[in-house]
Amino acid sequence: MKTRFEKIWDSFRLPIFAVILGFVVGAICIVIAGSNPLVAYAALFQGSLGSITSFGETLYKMTPIVFTGLSVALAFRCGLFNIGAEGQYIAGSIVAIVTGWVFKDMPGIILIPMILIMGIIAGGIWGGIAGYLKARFGVHEVITTIMLNYIALHTSNYLVRTVLNPETLIPGSIREAFTVSVPEQAKLIKLNAILPQFTYSSAHIGIFIAIAAAIFIYFLLFKTTVGYEIRSVGLSPDAAEYGGISKQKNTILAMFLAGGLSGLAGAVQVTGLIYSVNQVSMLPGYGFTGISVALVGVNHPLGVLASGLLFGILDNGARQMQLAGIPKEITGIIQAVILIFIAGELIVKFISDRNKKKAIKSKEVE
Amino acid sequence: MESLDLTLEYVMKGLVLRLSNVIEMKEITKIFPGVVANDKVNFSLEKGEIHVLLGENGAGKTTLMNILYGLYQPTSGDIYVNGEKNAIKSPTTAIKLGIGMVHQHFMLVQPFTIAENIVLGNEPAKAGGFRIDMKTAIDNVQKISDEFGLAVDPNIKIQDISVGMQQRVEILKALYRGAEILILDEPTAVLTPQEIDELGDILKNLTKEGKSIILITHKLKEVLSMSDRITVIRRGQVVDTLNTSETDADSLAELMVGRKVKLTSDRTEKQAGSVILSVKNLKIKDSRKLEAIRDVSFDVRAGEILAIAGVDGNGQRELVEALNGLRKIESGQVLISNVDTTHLHTKDINEIGVGHIPEDRQKRGLVMEYTLAENMILGYHKKAPFSKNGIMNYPEVHKHAKKLITEFDIRTPNENVKAKSLSGGNQQKVIIAREFYINPQLLIAAQPTRGLDVGSIEFVHKRLLEQRENNKAVLLVSLELDEVLGLADRIAVIYQGKIVGILDAKDATERKLGIMMAGGQLGEGDVSA
Amino acid sequence: MAEGAIVIAVIASALRLATPLILAALGGVFSERSGVVNIGLEGIMIIGAFFAVLFTHITGNPWLGVVAAMVFGILTAAILAFLAINLRGNQVIAGVAINLLAVSLSAFLLELIWQRSGATPSVPVALTTNPKALEFLEKIPVLGDLFSKFTPFVYIAFILVGVTYYVLFKTPLGLRIRAVGEHPRAAETVGISVYKTRWLCVLLSGLLAGLAGASLSIGTISLFREGMIAGQGFIALAAMIFGKWHPVGAMLACLFFGLTSAIQILAQTIGIAWAPEFLLMIPYVATIIALVGVVGKAVAPASDGLPYEKGEK
Repeated sequence: MKTRFEKIWDSFRLPIFAVILGFVVGAICIVIAGSNPLVAYAALFQGSLGSITSFGETLYKMTPIVFTGLSVALAFRCGLFNIGAEGQYIAGSIVAIVTGWVFKDMPGIILIPMILIMGIIAGGIWGGIAGYLKARFGVHEVITTIMLNYIALHTSNYLVRTVLNPETLIPGSIREAFTVSVPEQAKLIKLNAILPQFTYSSAHIGIFIAIAAAIFIYFLLFKTTVGYEIRSVGLSPDAAEYGGISKQKNTILAMFLAGGLSGLAGAVQVTGLIYSVNQVSMLPGYGFTGISVALVGVNHPLGVLASGLLFGILDNGARQMQLAGIPKEITGIIQAVILIFIAGELIVKFISDRNKKKAIKSKEVE
Repeated sequence: MESLDLTLEYVMKGLVLRLSNVIEMKEITKIFPGVVANDKVNFSLEKGEIHVLLGENGAGKTTLMNILYGLYQPTSGDIYVNGEKNAIKSPTTAIKLGIGMVHQHFMLVQPFTIAENIVLGNEPAKAGGFRIDMKTAIDNVQKISDEFGLAVDPNIKIQDISVGMQQRVEILKALYRGAEILILDEPTAVLTPQEIDELGDILKNLTKEGKSIILITHKLKEVLSMSDRITVIRRGQVVDTLNTSETDADSLAELMVGRKVKLTSDRTEKQAGSVILSVKNLKIKDSRKLEAIRDVSFDVRAGEILAIAGVDGNGQRELVEALNGLRKIESGQVLISNVDTTHLHTKDINEIGVGHIPEDRQKRGLVMEYTLAENMILGYHKKAPFSKNGIMNYPEVHKHAKKLITEFDIRTPNENVKAKSLSGGNQQKVIIAREFYINPQLLIAAQPTRGLDVGSIEFVHKRLLEQRENNKAVLLVSLELDEVLGLADRIAVIYQGKIVGILDAKDATERKLGIMMAGGQLGEGDVSA
Repeated sequence: MAEGAIVIAVIASALRLATPLILAALGGVFSERSGVVNIGLEGIMIIGAFFAVLFTHITGNPWLGVVAAMVFGILTAAILAFLAINLRGNQVIAGVAINLLAVSLSAFLLELIWQRSGATPSVPVALTTNPKALEFLEKIPVLGDLFSKFTPFVYIAFILVGVTYYVLFKTPLGLRIRAVGEHPRAAETVGISVYKTRWLCVLLSGLLAGLAGASLSIGTISLFREGMIAGQGFIALAAMIFGKWHPVGAMLACLFFGLTSAIQILAQTIGIAWAPEFLLMIPYVATIIALVGVVGKAVAPASDGLPYEKGEK
């Protein structure tokens, strides 16, 4: 029997391998760009972990992608592809602004949880739509969530330009390319207010919310009946049905929860960092990064925390690399390569599993 | 001089034998990771004969033939076709050598027509190979169809024809490619007894035309009626090769399994009790919105086993799904223990006390990636003591699993093993243990022994009879007539969505059942209660 | 502007806007008909758009740019093919990875080669007008004006629809592709190589998507800008589903989406006070509605998205 450590190593062995390969390919690209990979990577880690301040920067970069990573991972556990974390994030961020504005006179201690909960609900509904379409009509969630992403994007842009614009809401303002801000009391506490060592870092307590979310999802998936049912639907929908577990209900529930997590990402980002929502021409990208985070974290909540940190390091350190003369897009390439190797590696695991299964199968049949 | 004559005669016989063997497989060994599928197998096929490869599920027959057809490569050993050694690297090579295979699961493209399926890969073409010459294709198909007496309409789509006809298409596919040697893998699994007879005639016809045929099967009855010679395989090794005329069912069974086998099971006389399951005038649609069950009524009483016999595809699957709450019942009524379950969800039906053994244990019966323990509570994970207020109590779950492992003698290192690592027989045991735990009033068992070895089959039959002894009701859906005749108190035959008749076990014979399974009516003298 | 002229302008606009969608959707059709889901069309279009501009700058000849787009489209698709077919990996994840790679790689090269992020300079020679050889078509009464607004890509797209239809439904190759997509094991047992067939189809989808990208860069705005593909690869996928995986159906769906985009642009130009964002949303909403209505009837090739393994390893 394998020890616990051995089993964990088994699961993580492949993503770790993919990450290493990603850095190797990144190094090649850096060489092509005419720089020294060692210098580049040193800058990367220096920029993200070199001081408490830069670590703080890493933390706030990591926060949204932990949420979206959890979102994608949870959906995967139910056998669903949540490519829609982007749109769910946008829904959460917009609703955060709306809630903040409507209840702008509430004290922070009530307003903040309110905003976060509304963000969860907004994202949950956005994800739930895809879940419902899948459960009721059998429409594949990959396409619907991608479509919903763009619908959210354009809706958000519309609201930013009109209804939520300072021009509309604050008499005497001009039109801006962003919404009104959240009220002061709704802004999440900065880490440097608690620990001055964080100096100028924008890090905020959202990271603790993210960690709490990860622990909660872990508990949900592995210690509750809800989690038992969701995972069974993801692993064997037909067997689950036979056991009286509703495929439809759990699909909608999983997409709602997943959407809620991404919506929370948006709400936390708004109250913790950006304070308002901009007009944008492209999808923000947290949702897609969430896919990588989830896969590298083997769709396990605690793994997502670890891989969220890794991608936060990549994101933050990229700036330092840019200063060292290396295009920051390298981190995007590294991320893509990691994902490619995971897509291929899932199958290495699949093969070795199948070999074992086949061997045993042929043995048993005797 | 006499000894020289004898030697000459011996040599000549050897030569003749070698020449009249169209196929010779020598010392074929095939090893997969962890198992030896074929172990130094020697097999030969004479021209114009029908040779059966007989063995249990998993004995290695299909592996051997997949090697002959080029789908697998042998680990060691040689193949001789018409006396010449050949390495058969792929089906293309096999086809070139005149070997054709009709697989157990048909290899037909559903939305394509019969003609398209037959010519696939070998399409007649014009315009330099850039355009399919459909007309020539259809003509060619018509030609061989007539030549070998296998009537088909080349323009119909596969999704619109019967299973029996699909089999003919598969045979035509092989003949179209010039097969002189035909391998048929479990061809009778999907046929009625009458269709099996027809197949026997077709095969005899083909041998008259000079074809040589290998039949893979585990069904003793067909073996005896259709073949010239039989090679019995057990656990990857050849046990013996015999002439059909020199053996019988019991000897073959013993050779197949390695010990004396009871071909019938013990069943005591029993009076049935009150009606547990009452099905009235059910109408059910299948996934294509066509009528699968057209008007079915029957009862199952406590202490009896009612078997539903019939060829696969006559509505059994839809019926079982509907009774389990997984498929909508268009009209009619289902009463279980006097509760109307017609429109209830699976969960609620289970609550009333219904257990199910699904026909596909890997897809429907178990979550393969879950551990044995997690599978043991599938369906009652929300009940005490396994969970409370939504929080799972895993220590209790493990305790429960350990208990059942001992009680049902499930072969496994422990309860944390994933279901996919268990053997088929043990997987079935897990399902049975789970379903029996709630002591169901009604047990619905769909093909409970499919793909199992003889030992496991005996175990399942024993448990089913046990339920009966304990005054539970059992609805058994099975494609195996032997199983039906051995276990059931009453037998209902289903054909095209209707119950054609219900016979008492003592009045049922294979012939009668066969007639009913094919939709025929029993004569005056045949029918009883 | 006379009404007739407006109608012609809108139709021409619709056809031009539909062109990249048609090309990419045809790529999707080939790939999925053989059983491989290609979510990476978007990424391949980005690659095609970028390399078309790059090579047009280098060689001065836009047609060489087109060739480059196709070549790099094929190379990118090869990654997907290897992951999906040989490694039997998850095809959706592989597609997402390709998209990510394309975005990052093009931005990276943009910065490396032109030292600026955002966009390349305009190409010296583009393919944004009706080819000289076909100018005679403009002389046709009434419809002639339509042709004057075409680019070479428009013609290519429609010709390829016909070619795709013929190949898929009239040639032996097409029969085999569709067999592989429906029942790969059946195809294997009659000697057809599932791997080779799928590789061919995925590479074809790369070629076509690369071409689609080129039509958007050197065929429309004469340069490459980050974010220019803006989800059109996904719209093409939707059109393919909408069109039930049939080249002509996909073409019609693309024309529909092109039309809605053209109307949106017209409304903005004329100054109709519809919020542009809602018009921009139409293809996405339409797709969802269509999928809900269509899904009962539209059936993907049976083995679509399922990795295939040969009889033995």
